[in-house]
Amino acid sequence: MKPYLRDKIPAGFDEIPDTPSYEAGYLVTKNSGWRNVRPVIDTKKCIGCLNCYLYCPDGVIFRSNHKAAIDYDFCKGCGICKKICRIGAIKMEAEK
Amino acid sequence: MAVNAKTLNETEFFYGHKACAGCGGSLAVRIALKVLGENAVAVLPAGCMSAVGFNFPQLCFGNNAIISTFAGTASMLTGIEAGLRAQGITDFHAVGFAGDGGTADIGLQALSGAIDRNDDILYICYDNEAYMNTGIQKSSLTPFGAKTTTTPAGKNIRGNLRPKKNMFEIVAAHGIPYAATASVGYINDFMRKVEKAKQIKGTKYIHILAPCPTGWGIKTDDTIEIAKEVVDCGLWYLAEYENGEFKLNYKPEEFSSVGDYLKKQSRFRHLTDEDIKVIQSSRDAKWEFIHRNFK
Repeated sequence: MKPYLRDKIPAGFDEIPDTPSYEAGYLVTKNSGWRNVRPVIDTKKCIGCLNCYLYCPDGVIFRSNHKAAIDYDFCKGCGICKKICRIGAIKMEAEK
Repeated sequence: MAVNAKTLNETEFFYGHKACAGCGGSLAVRIALKVLGENAVAVLPAGCMSAVGFNFPQLCFGNNAIISTFAGTASMLTGIEAGLRAQGITDFHAVGFAGDGGTADIGLQALSGAIDRNDDILYICYDNEAYMNTGIQKSSLTPFGAKTTTTPAGKNIRGNLRPKKNMFEIVAAHGIPYAATASVGYINDFMRKVEKAKQIKGTKYIHILAPCPTGWGIKTDDTIEIAKEVVDCGLWYLAEYENGEFKLNYKPEEFSSVGDYLKKQSRFRHLTDEDIKVIQSSRDAKWEFIHRNFK
């Protein structure tokens, strides 16, 4: 199962588990605020080799219509995808 | 069929974690879990990957995962494997992800014990060459000359004085069923090794070199390039140990420059030409050994 964002942030004592275990893949915050630059994929150039998907440390690149696409909620803007792309289909753009 | 980008499990099992941008260790964990699949049970001792993966209530593992004591990664893997087996569950992989300190310093005894018992576990060491999580202190896998907060670079002593511990051969010396080295720069090689380890019964050990932009002083987008370069310049090697034999998986035709590799990282920037010569000759000695003893 892929971890996903939940609506509820456990806060009260009755919501905090009294055992050391909790539901897997429970996300409550995004990582998009870490980013200064964002990768933008040129879908016309992208050949769907998936090299960027393979090397992304955060796993935010996924396959969509035989091309690569990015989940900007969790991308930290490290730029590895841009460097690994052999055909130069990814550009880094400043976050405004 | 060999596992590659197209055939790899599309589900992410390590997602939304708080690792620094460009983290090599998180890439190793992510890819290993994708190869092992949903039924992997991950054990993580104190270290970067447990610090970035379990910030309650932000829990970034999609499969079962647990934090162990620092020294007890392999012991906990043993317990998980025995516990699940006792319940009649057979379709699982007990996998540990420990850093270089958690493997070569603090967790070495537990790992040695697990290999001795030949428990059916996979131990992956993501080696970022220092205790990065606590603020870059030297571990026994920190290479010669590297600047850390406990081995600062001064006028007389320039960084770490001791060479990197040879963890791969220490593990192999136990007569382990399968051991391998890898680098995040050669991720297909790593995937193949995890896939292979998945099918072997007994203790498996994979040592993957994972650059840390924060601790090594490199740009966040240089992680993969540096991880490739360390193999190409001969300071790291891709090898396997199986059936009592060492096998070299990749032999660079000509080594790239050690100096260029070192000077790209701020942890090595203080090194003199003489220091680089020392590193180069130790590399040559290592490769002579590899050519003599590896297939």
